[in-house]
Amino acid sequence: MSVARHRLIGRSLERLEDRPLLLGRGRFAADVSFAGQLVMRVVRSTCAHAKLLSIDVSAACALEGVHAVWTAADTRGIPPIDIRLTRIPGLEVYRQSVLASKEVRYVGEPVAVVFAEDAYLAEDAADLITVEVEDLPVVLAAEAEPREFLPGLSTEATCLRKGYGDIEAAFAAAHAIVRVDLAIGRHSAVPIETRGAIARYDAPRDMLELYGAAKVPHWNRDQIARMLGRDPASVQLYQGHVGGGFGVRGELYPEDVLVCAAALRLRRPVKWIEDRHEHLIAANHSREQHHYVRAAIDGNGRILAIEDEFFHDQGAYMRTHGATVPDLAAAMLGGPYRVPAYRVEAHIRLTNKTPAGTYRAPGRFETTFVRERLLDAIAHRIGIDRLEVRRRNLIARSEMPYARPLDVLGTHVVLDSGDYAGLLDTALERIGWERLNAELAARRAAGEMVGAGVAMFVEKSGLGPFEDVEISVDPQGDVEVVTGAASLGQGIETVIAQICGETLGVDYHAIRVIHGQTARIARGLGAFASRATVMTGEATRLAAEKLRATARQAAAALMQQPLATLDLVDGVIVSTTAAGPTMRLGALAGALMASGPSLGFPEGPCARASFTTDHMTYPYGVHIAVLRVDAETGEVTLERFLLAYDVGRAVNPRLVEGQLAGGFAQGLGGALLEEFCYDERGQPVTVTLADYLMPTAHEVPMLEVVITQDAPSPLNPLGLKGAGEGGANAVGAAIAAAIDDAIGRPGAVTRLPVTPQRLRAILADIALERRAGSLSC
Amino acid sequence: MTNRIALSLTINGRDYAICVEPRRTLADAIREDCGQTGTHVGCEHGVCGACTVIVDGEPVRSCLMFAVQAAGRSIRTVEGLAQGDVLHPLQRAFMTHHGLQCGFCTPGFLMLVVGVLEREPDIEIDALVDILSSNLCRCTGYQNIIKAVRAAAAEMRGATA
Repeated sequence: MSVARHRLIGRSLERLEDRPLLLGRGRFAADVSFAGQLVMRVVRSTCAHAKLLSIDVSAACALEGVHAVWTAADTRGIPPIDIRLTRIPGLEVYRQSVLASKEVRYVGEPVAVVFAEDAYLAEDAADLITVEVEDLPVVLAAEAEPREFLPGLSTEATCLRKGYGDIEAAFAAAHAIVRVDLAIGRHSAVPIETRGAIARYDAPRDMLELYGAAKVPHWNRDQIARMLGRDPASVQLYQGHVGGGFGVRGELYPEDVLVCAAALRLRRPVKWIEDRHEHLIAANHSREQHHYVRAAIDGNGRILAIEDEFFHDQGAYMRTHGATVPDLAAAMLGGPYRVPAYRVEAHIRLTNKTPAGTYRAPGRFETTFVRERLLDAIAHRIGIDRLEVRRRNLIARSEMPYARPLDVLGTHVVLDSGDYAGLLDTALERIGWERLNAELAARRAAGEMVGAGVAMFVEKSGLGPFEDVEISVDPQGDVEVVTGAASLGQGIETVIAQICGETLGVDYHAIRVIHGQTARIARGLGAFASRATVMTGEATRLAAEKLRATARQAAAALMQQPLATLDLVDGVIVSTTAAGPTMRLGALAGALMASGPSLGFPEGPCARASFTTDHMTYPYGVHIAVLRVDAETGEVTLERFLLAYDVGRAVNPRLVEGQLAGGFAQGLGGALLEEFCYDERGQPVTVTLADYLMPTAHEVPMLEVVITQDAPSPLNPLGLKGAGEGGANAVGAAIAAAIDDAIGRPGAVTRLPVTPQRLRAILADIALERRAGSLSC
Repeated sequence: MTNRIALSLTINGRDYAICVEPRRTLADAIREDCGQTGTHVGCEHGVCGACTVIVDGEPVRSCLMFAVQAAGRSIRTVEGLAQGDVLHPLQRAFMTHHGLQCGFCTPGFLMLVVGVLEREPDIEIDALVDILSSNLCRCTGYQNIIKAVRAAAAEMRGATA
């Protein structure tokens, strides 16, 4: 008898996560409550920059049901929140403390916290707190001349410099130099679940527990322990369901530390749930950069060198991401093209705005816009087709792996595999590029403003250096996979179960994936940088291989069958030769638990493995936008959007499509709708979801997705690359190009988002120029 | 604001005797006082729709309604959609079409759509998309939600025909 093992990797299986979520049985942060809990409410600065003179909490304290009110005087011993990624000397002096003490630097900065019996009461009490301040001048433009931000400290925290090649020689020898000046607005992830943190101190066990963890539980545990002077083993973080992450959720914020400190000191559970207004002014912002970029080119439009100087608006503090976003922007600007010489200066500047961190495709949404605008400008300058300019500059498949002499996130940039030109051809063929452009030209001739734009990009994923997985089987045959990764709603439980199920030989429904629980696994790096499928996925495969070997060897001994004839299929040890005996995996696990050591398997029905890597994997893609501009209103309507993406290997193609579609919608928001704006005094004017305009079902068109698997990563045996960020990456770039095409003005779009007001202004300028032109003739 | 009012909320056919301040939102009462945490709160100002429940047959934003206004009325939440372990056709369709990722906005979408389809089973897809645009999702890009809703609408029409 021969029973084939089920193939699970590569199939669009239904998600394990869905059922409880659909039934209303999810456990999100706000769903966690403990008897006797206090609710924390944060009092936030209403000034963008001011000296704190005094805080009067007496009326709040007098309110019945208010347990305590803290200001910075009560949190004096707690150090500022540290930098998790991309620590660069000079940044640490700009870190944020959990409560402001001497001055406030942005609207939304925590200055006091109230602990009360109930959320409504806590808010009443917060309203009674008066904060006396003396206004200070505000800094709102990152590209303004550096000045003093704090006594003795400049608005320029640091300037990152990267580069290689002889840039001077390239520019001196250039046939032409093409310059563009481009800006990206201030966006953020704005997940539909706001942040939340619930801390409980279990005195008998001397254990501090924090619920509401999301992205990097182990790092946050270690930091909370350090900041509160505890042993890391006496702090545990628990992740429940997370209502979207996208880079923003789950970093360590002041509120997380405050609930922990309060639970320890007040000896009652403390719950904090952010409201939406707070979220928009307190959770990390992202994206805002201004690039001044120039390219040296030869007479055929080939890039000889690129030089970029950009200004990154960090907001008022350095948060956990340190220099991550500008670092990625600086290192990834080259994208899929050959850039023989390169120099970049990234000015990281402090302003009186909400501090910034990462947001889906950090540094790449920005620099793909910059690079692809630059390519379009080169095509225009040389007078060649915009596809041709790309083809002339693309790195060829035969050049892979392609090392760029740059570092990013502590790794060398080595593009591991890819067929960029091949994917471009696939994308153009799928959308019917020739015919599409003929149709668009005909419609433009008939007076419509319609156009198409193409943008190409290289993503990065699978950031190391390690991830661990432990797999065990219980006597019922249920399999448990424990990982230090985290779930943010992306479907990691299903993906890991598919990899484990296929490798081990069990139904994926029988696999429980445990993530985000610091008590269950010693270390873990979490879920960011599109790393979970690659890192945890490969660690899972390795551990499942080991466990499979253990199961077959133990079965051979117990069943007295030759090892070579035994297979593990659907949770049953079967003989591959004849209708011999079978043994359920659960029964085998029971035997191993009882007498594993004597059988020669001291670990029992368990296996653990680590996957380590020094390099990231680099997926890549092509975005094509087709859109219509309404000249009257300045509204842009997307008619079609095609997204071609090479993911190396798709574990679950439907989930990959889902990641791309979701990223696309966020990219669309950043391209056309979303922006955090401030008035001249630094007051945020985008403080509700009626101001921060995220796409709805109306604005997001049906996405045409082409997933290819032509370039599996050579860095892991499954060939995996990540899918989290390719959907967002080039949306701004492709839409900008399509708008140029629609309005017949190459290079018209220089700033994202292209709001109706901005597009009307562009159209008005064009009309004015035309009128002036016709007058002068 | 401590003058509490005793009232009864009827959620999914079950009565909950609660005592709340007049200012307490229906969303908070459902979640905190009645323990039905499947209804989620995303913005508290009526934009995101995560808190949508059905009150007397109409989808409403439970963050924009006071609990006292819902006293004595029939409230339906996501917990009441499935029959035991058998998913409602719309829940099933969300699963089949990958209409959810993080799942936070999902209960609001489910209740919005169920409320509409029960009243207007033959609603045109354009009108349905119009209604869907009143809720926010940050994960899916909506198209899979629309696919799920179309499939469920067809199934629900078939079941009632």
